[in-house]
Amino acid sequence: MSHAETQPTDAEAARHGRFNELIDSDQSIEPRDWMPDAYRKTLVRQIAQHGHSEIIGMQPEGKWIASAPSLQRKAILLAKVQDEAGHGLYLYGAAETLGTPREELMDALHEGRQKYSSIFTYPTPTWADVGAIGWLVDGAAITNQIPLCRCSYGPYARAMVRICKEESFHQRQGYSIMLALCQGTSEQKQMAQDALNRWWWPSVMMFGPPDDASAHSDQSTQWKIKRFSNDTLRQRFIDQTVSQAEVLGIMIPDDDLVWNEENQNYDYGEPPWDEFWKTVKGDGPMSKERLACRVDAHREGTWVREAARAYADNQRALEVTA
Amino acid sequence: MSDLFVRYLLRQGDRALVLSQQLSAWVTHVHDLEEEMAVANISLDLIGQARTLYAYAGETEGSGRTEDDLAYWRPAEDFQNPLLVEQPNGDFAMTMVRQFLHDSWAALYWQAMTESVDDTLAALAGKAAKETAYHLRHAKSWVIRMGDGTEESHQRAQTALDHLWGYTDALFDSDDAEIAVVAKNIGIDPTNFRPAWLTGVAAVFAEATLHQPVAAQRRGGRDGLHQPGFDQLIEEMQSVARAHPGAQW
Amino acid sequence: MTDGPLWEVFVRPRRGVSHGHVGSVHAHDGEQALQAARDLFTRRSEGVSLWVVPSADIVASNPVDAGQLFDPAADKDYRFPPAHVLPDEVDYM
Repeated sequence: MSHAETQPTDAEAARHGRFNELIDSDQSIEPRDWMPDAYRKTLVRQIAQHGHSEIIGMQPEGKWIASAPSLQRKAILLAKVQDEAGHGLYLYGAAETLGTPREELMDALHEGRQKYSSIFTYPTPTWADVGAIGWLVDGAAITNQIPLCRCSYGPYARAMVRICKEESFHQRQGYSIMLALCQGTSEQKQMAQDALNRWWWPSVMMFGPPDDASAHSDQSTQWKIKRFSNDTLRQRFIDQTVSQAEVLGIMIPDDDLVWNEENQNYDYGEPPWDEFWKTVKGDGPMSKERLACRVDAHREGTWVREAARAYADNQRALEVTA
Repeated sequence: MSDLFVRYLLRQGDRALVLSQQLSAWVTHVHDLEEEMAVANISLDLIGQARTLYAYAGETEGSGRTEDDLAYWRPAEDFQNPLLVEQPNGDFAMTMVRQFLHDSWAALYWQAMTESVDDTLAALAGKAAKETAYHLRHAKSWVIRMGDGTEESHQRAQTALDHLWGYTDALFDSDDAEIAVVAKNIGIDPTNFRPAWLTGVAAVFAEATLHQPVAAQRRGGRDGLHQPGFDQLIEEMQSVARAHPGAQW
Repeated sequence: MTDGPLWEVFVRPRRGVSHGHVGSVHAHDGEQALQAARDLFTRRSEGVSLWVVPSADIVASNPVDAGQLFDPAADKDYRFPPAHVLPDEVDYM
């Protein structure tokens, strides 16, 4: 490697200095700013994977639109799932400002080079699962997402502000479903309890591995992409959710969940991390089906996208010759 | 009259709900995310129309049936939607040609219904006319894009039209329910706007380079004579509600 | 690329306010872009008017040039009212 390649030039050092200055003074990095390659790469990956999670996340609940048990619930659920497609679009839009076209991001998802949140590899066997997802999974997502509204990259932060505004209705509708079930027949209440039993640990593990087992955090923290540690956010989520479960009158399936008076928060049991790592590696209960659904939709729709392109090209050609 | 009016309202509600149900089956299977948003938008508007119609039907009937009672607790053979909206989704061409044929009718219907002497229906029509104008704009764009797109999209669009055209005459049928509501200026005789409808769809087919088929016309929806697959559609829709009779959600 | 070029979306939230940038959509032509923008960005009554512009048509200033473009304005405080000191009796101007 030549001397010129190993030593940063004065210009590069100045650019890097300016970048660090912006980060340290809590100002936003915007699309055309100079940024370290690693910053750009890590953001593209994080934002894209967030987007992929939203669109894969349409599937577990989307399944229940057809048989939603009241017209109001049907409308609300459809609006929520529509929002999730919208969130995917906001996020892909933010990722594209970093120079990677959406098509490349979709290819990365379809070919398994980029991931999505493994919580969506779980099945939704009952209507109550729709409620549990809104209450717990969206609840966990909100806990994660609020700090991202202040992340250092402008377009990502702005997308997150928009998403957070919409997400709060998502959690409320999920909780509202659970409330109706818990105030209903004994079968309905049992359905709600079963769903909580299924979704509790996956939701807790959504925040990622414990801080002492987590490799990536330091650089993301330094660059103000990640503002709080996994365990901090996890604790916040658990503390909020315990009283919500109490109002519903259903039991969180953790015998070690107990109030710690000294710390003013809840102690909780050890999450089943083996299960987490299995799902992250692509071996979740419905990993194959979730991805296949996406890949199929994209592939089977190719002729439609091509028709739109052909029509637009023809129209443009006509305008030129007119 | 009340019975006939209830039947009329249910008929319109069923049309909207069945079409909405069909569209929402596309969620997570659409060719791109922008179109996911669009399909969900149309489906949502239709659920809204169905809810207003069912609620009004239940109120008029006066036996305490709610919008959910009417949607979830009537058997499939009591649904009076036109056969057009229960045709299978097929590919995107089938779905959008179906949408176009429906919306070009519904846009004229709701526009005319803004003149209804019934305040509830006139108010609903005001809203539905705007919603349907947008649905029509969207469906028309797709029919043209597919008809005048690629060779493949053209074939798919023509195949769809060839199949669906045979379900359009029924949109203009009248029976004693229509006659009764029309006589009181509550409802509209769809044959009034049939010429406008024909002109409108013909213009779009021309722009889409599609030819308007000649087809044997099928009917039976308003008499509860549905085609294979309809029972399963309704059964799936009603399945959770029926598994818990009397439950609130 | 089958999902069409990128378009930037601008929404006027209400009369009296300018269009503001809200994000982007992919579409093959202006009508498609307009509908996509309407479905994505106005579901919560966020707007009364939409513009869509092909992203490739936007000419943007280079952040590297920010110094020459924007810093020179900073030392011309005479463009602002407080720089012109007047007697109290007429300071309402």
